[in-house]
Amino acid sequence: MSETSIIEVRDLTKTYRVGDVDVEALRGVNLDVTPGEFIAVVGSSGSGKSTLFNILGGLTPPTGGSVHINGKDLSHMSNAERTNLRKDTVGFVFQKYNLLPTLSAEDNIRIVRYIAGHATDFDPHFKEILSLLGIEDRLKHKPRALSGGQQQRVAIARALVNGPAILLADEPTGNLDSKNSTAVLNLLRDLNQRLGQTILMITHDEQAAAFAHRKVHMHDGQLI
Amino acid sequence: MLNKLTFANLAHRPVRTILSILAIAVEVTMILTLVGVSNGTLHESARRARGTGADILVRPPGSSALSSLSSAPMSDKLPAILAAEPHITLATGTMVQPLELFDTITGLDMDQFATMSGGFRFLKGGLPVLDTDMIVDEPYAREKHLQVGSTLTLITHEWHISGIYEPGKLARICVKLSALQRFTGNPGRLSQVYLKVDDPSHAQAIVDALRAKYPGYQIYTLEYFTSLLSVNSLGLLRNFTYVVIGIAMIVGFIVVFMAMYTAVLERTREIGILKAVGSSSSLILNMLLRETLLLAVIGTVVGILLTYGTQWLMLHVVPNSLTQETVYAWWPIAGAIAIAGAMIGAIIPGIKAVQQDATEALSYE
Repeated sequence: MSETSIIEVRDLTKTYRVGDVDVEALRGVNLDVTPGEFIAVVGSSGSGKSTLFNILGGLTPPTGGSVHINGKDLSHMSNAERTNLRKDTVGFVFQKYNLLPTLSAEDNIRIVRYIAGHATDFDPHFKEILSLLGIEDRLKHKPRALSGGQQQRVAIARALVNGPAILLADEPTGNLDSKNSTAVLNLLRDLNQRLGQTILMITHDEQAAAFAHRKVHMHDGQLI
Repeated sequence: MLNKLTFANLAHRPVRTILSILAIAVEVTMILTLVGVSNGTLHESARRARGTGADILVRPPGSSALSSLSSAPMSDKLPAILAAEPHITLATGTMVQPLELFDTITGLDMDQFATMSGGFRFLKGGLPVLDTDMIVDEPYAREKHLQVGSTLTLITHEWHISGIYEPGKLARICVKLSALQRFTGNPGRLSQVYLKVDDPSHAQAIVDALRAKYPGYQIYTLEYFTSLLSVNSLGLLRNFTYVVIGIAMIVGFIVVFMAMYTAVLERTREIGILKAVGSSSSLILNMLLRETLLLAVIGTVVGILLTYGTQWLMLHVVPNSLTQETVYAWWPIAGAIAIAGAMIGAIIPGIKAVQQDATEALSYE
């Protein structure tokens, strides 16, 4: 593994079995991401970018090749090891926010601390992130009482609360209007610039990708 | 934090939560009511038997201690013969005519019975004078809306209520022995004989002597007879109790299974979110089992409270029917049955939840 890479992907393949048919979602992907980088993976629907997101996040195992995240090799990890990886090493931001509807915004964040085995109090550094996200006064509300933009900010806070090495964002502006999209993308860029947070963003939107340091394009399961 | 999530999940779907609690509560109430009625009715029978004031009970040959009496095979000369035996101070015979369900009408010699038992304590009216006079206990009168002077048709005869007495004396409906013998076509016949002895502490020795002299007759001390009136002594009742408990447990299991199954389906996406942020399978299972445990505990408490409701209903709406007791010893047993059934019901949906693929769960709409 390259000494400077926080994400190193080599010859990554992923084949799904759909009925009797094998579908090759990834066909030999190679990618390096350096710490503190904000990278956008751009591709159309079905290009394999969500599969790449799921493998990098440890949500699903690869079929072949190797994936190193912050020095940890995902390709030979068991389910339990990948579960542990998701606690502290990787933070997720999803297109549909994916907040727990039964809990307040604050508890949605705290439960991630609890699951990772940390104290559920927020440290001063994280309070600064909350301030940057501008959701301090909305923390007591449940997701249904928040706008889409506010829910996505809570989701970003949740993704960062355990100080992950990388933040994975899958179409983070896909459900937002243009004003909120711009606000969320600016926030991601701020988090990257101010805190040095490594971010890998999946998107089909070239305008959203323009907020990143670097863009890579994906087509038919390969980076081009 | 997990407790907070458990409470939040239950509060988020109040209808499902309330229905699950009620279903578990009904399971607990079914068990406690059945046990309460079994015990209560038997204890009430024992209390009424003791209310006769007798020390020894004589039943006809071929009967058993706990069989119901549906005929009057003994001669009414038997009490006089038994009264002549050593240590017997009083003997009185009764005739029992079964009515519908659990009711019976009892014919007795009012004077002899009064001497033996201390007599009925009348709330209204008094002893029968005419052959068609009848006395009933207060719960029976209340349920049938009877007053002194009311008429009542039983065994195709019209009876006049001459008195209403406090419960706890032998039977709930009593008439003159000779009248009942004649109206039922059993002149000179008796169903059982009650004996009073000079020294109740020697009752067993007297029973032994009587058994030797009158072989075939079923002769018991009242103390032994009343001790037999327990659920465990009646195999049929005990088995029936177990069957109903089994049914209640199956119902509770199915309800909790359905509730948790739909909860897992409804929350597929939420479970996917928890997995995505690093929840282990054991933590998700732990969360679902905590929810189930909470439902079962609340359901048990509500079930116990509902049991007081069924007790009140029996006492006030059908006072002459079965008697229900509060059997405290069964509270933890019913609770344990409900909790065990609920936990078993939650296991399969719980395993389904932890086996869900996180990426598929996250894309669930």
